[in-house]
Amino acid sequence: MEASKVIHAIYTDDDVLMSAVKKVKAENHHIEEIYTPFPVHGLDKAMGLAPTRIAITSFMYGCVGLTVAIVMMNFIMIKDWPQDIGGKPSFSYLENMPAFVPIMFELTVFFAAHLMVITFYLRSRMWPFKKAENPDPRTTDDHFLMEVTVHNNESELTSLLKDTGAVEINIVDKEEDAH
Amino acid sequence: MEYKISNRLKMSAIVLIVLGLLGVGYGFMDSHKVNEDNISEYLANQAHHGDHGDADNHSVASHGEESHSDAHGESVSHAEEGHGDEAHDGGHEMSHEEHVLHQIHNRPWAALYVAAFFFFMIALGVLAFYAIQYAAQAGWSPVLFRVMEGITAYVLPGALIVLLIAVASGTIGHYNLFVWMDPEVVEHDKLIQGKSGYLNLTWFVIRGIIFISGWSLYRHFSRKFSLAQDKADDNKNFKKNFRISAAFLVFYIYTESMMSWDWIMSVDPHWFSTLFGWYVFASMFVSGITVIAMISIYLKSKGLLEFVNDSHIHDLAKFMFGISIFWTYLWFSQFMLIWYSNIPEEVTYFVTRIEDYKLPFFGMLAMNFIFPLLLLMNSDYKRINWFVIMAGIVILCGHYIDVFNMIMPATVGERWFIGIPELGSILLFAGLFLWIVFTALGKAPLLAKGNPFIKESEHFHY
Repeated sequence: MEASKVIHAIYTDDDVLMSAVKKVKAENHHIEEIYTPFPVHGLDKAMGLAPTRIAITSFMYGCVGLTVAIVMMNFIMIKDWPQDIGGKPSFSYLENMPAFVPIMFELTVFFAAHLMVITFYLRSRMWPFKKAENPDPRTTDDHFLMEVTVHNNESELTSLLKDTGAVEINIVDKEEDAH
Repeated sequence: MEYKISNRLKMSAIVLIVLGLLGVGYGFMDSHKVNEDNISEYLANQAHHGDHGDADNHSVASHGEESHSDAHGESVSHAEEGHGDEAHDGGHEMSHEEHVLHQIHNRPWAALYVAAFFFFMIALGVLAFYAIQYAAQAGWSPVLFRVMEGITAYVLPGALIVLLIAVASGTIGHYNLFVWMDPEVVEHDKLIQGKSGYLNLTWFVIRGIIFISGWSLYRHFSRKFSLAQDKADDNKNFKKNFRISAAFLVFYIYTESMMSWDWIMSVDPHWFSTLFGWYVFASMFVSGITVIAMISIYLKSKGLLEFVNDSHIHDLAKFMFGISIFWTYLWFSQFMLIWYSNIPEEVTYFVTRIEDYKLPFFGMLAMNFIFPLLLLMNSDYKRINWFVIMAGIVILCGHYIDVFNMIMPATVGERWFIGIPELGSILLFAGLFLWIVFTALGKAPLLAKGNPFIKESEHFHY
């Protein structure tokens, strides 16, 4: 397999990049990855990436947090030791619920927020001491890089990418175990 | 895009008004069937039918209730003065009958007032939203300005009607909404006496007129400048609108707060709450935004607002969602602080509501919070028109019940029901609202094309 060879096309303008992505997609080439220094609006749509489901996970984490809060306080305040504290009715959870709402709310938000962030880190493989996957350091400053896989069509791809306004085109041997 | 109110809509509005008037008229007639002569018979019949358990139980329960309701002073004073010479088998029993009679007579007034306030509050909420859009120089909303201007046409008539009902209840009526208007009550009530510097009919009317003229002046000039901007070749009118909107918002937040004390909180003159103004504001704001969304979707479905796209509806639905939660936050903050500290003079407000209004009181929480929370959380759903309409209907019903819960416990107590007087009043003001709003919508092109943000707004995409 020659999938280990990729083309790196470098752009200096996000508008040029966007039209390049559309052109490359129209020619039915597979875009491996795009590196940009900042979020480019609409890039995910142009690349045809599936929408994120992180909001759904967050909702579910929130439900977990709410459940934890309810079960915890029901056990502590109602079941385990239903003490009379300042006349608050601890006969059932519902009767004393208003007093628990601030904690229910905060734990819902806490779980939804933190677990979602951790999910994000896991899914995007980010952690301290991780080796940066950056093919070209300029892509963190002012350059945009499109990585396209080569399947015995080097010259065709090169001319296509040249046409789209790439300022620099490199053919790179990709090490499979780089990340 | 030009719009003219269709004959069908006009006819429906008239039908609603006529049906509403019949319902309201029936409410007044029906309530006056019970009077001083047959009240004992009426109560005995009711007890017999097992509506409230046996008579003894009822009198005990309602007496307990009286001790925390402001109608207490009223009924006692009536027993003492108005009917001191009548034959009575014990002042205690008499006062109970007087009390019930008052509640029965108050019902059509309160029903009318709740519905009048509900529709007025929608228009005022829209006016505040409109001013915020100007003051914030929002880029997404100018395509909706004409819809908002159409809805705010109801501010002046709506507010005048609310004020008139309030005053009429204390002049031609028998103090059916505000007990502090009754000199006999005030005479025996130290607490109301202490507040009479603020709560007296003259000042009530003067304050009401100041509020209403401020709101409608802003509405008048803002509409004028907005229309003038269509023909202008500079942004002078827009700048004027920006300035008066900022000034109006300052005026609005003071007057809205005081209006809520005057027109709503003072039905319970023994009770007070500091965040009440905000609470009423949240209610009117969310209802107003909901109505903007619903009318926009309606006009869009007629093909009249093709420059309004999914993203505008999405933004309005986001506001409906967010402000519903804001309303809940204020509702809960008010409820929980009072429930937690449980100070008798404050907590009676919620005791009456939880005892006698359990279903509407907690039902509105489901309608105004849980329903919009779950329905409008999904980003895709906020773009589906019928979904927004369905959520909007629930939110509007929920906020009607919110106003109902604020007025009814102080006026009719446990004798509430959503029957002909209430539904009739809703129909009456719904018809009036539709007529005025859609007539106003037909008076100007639906696109405020002179607005400097209109291009951005037309291409708004989220």
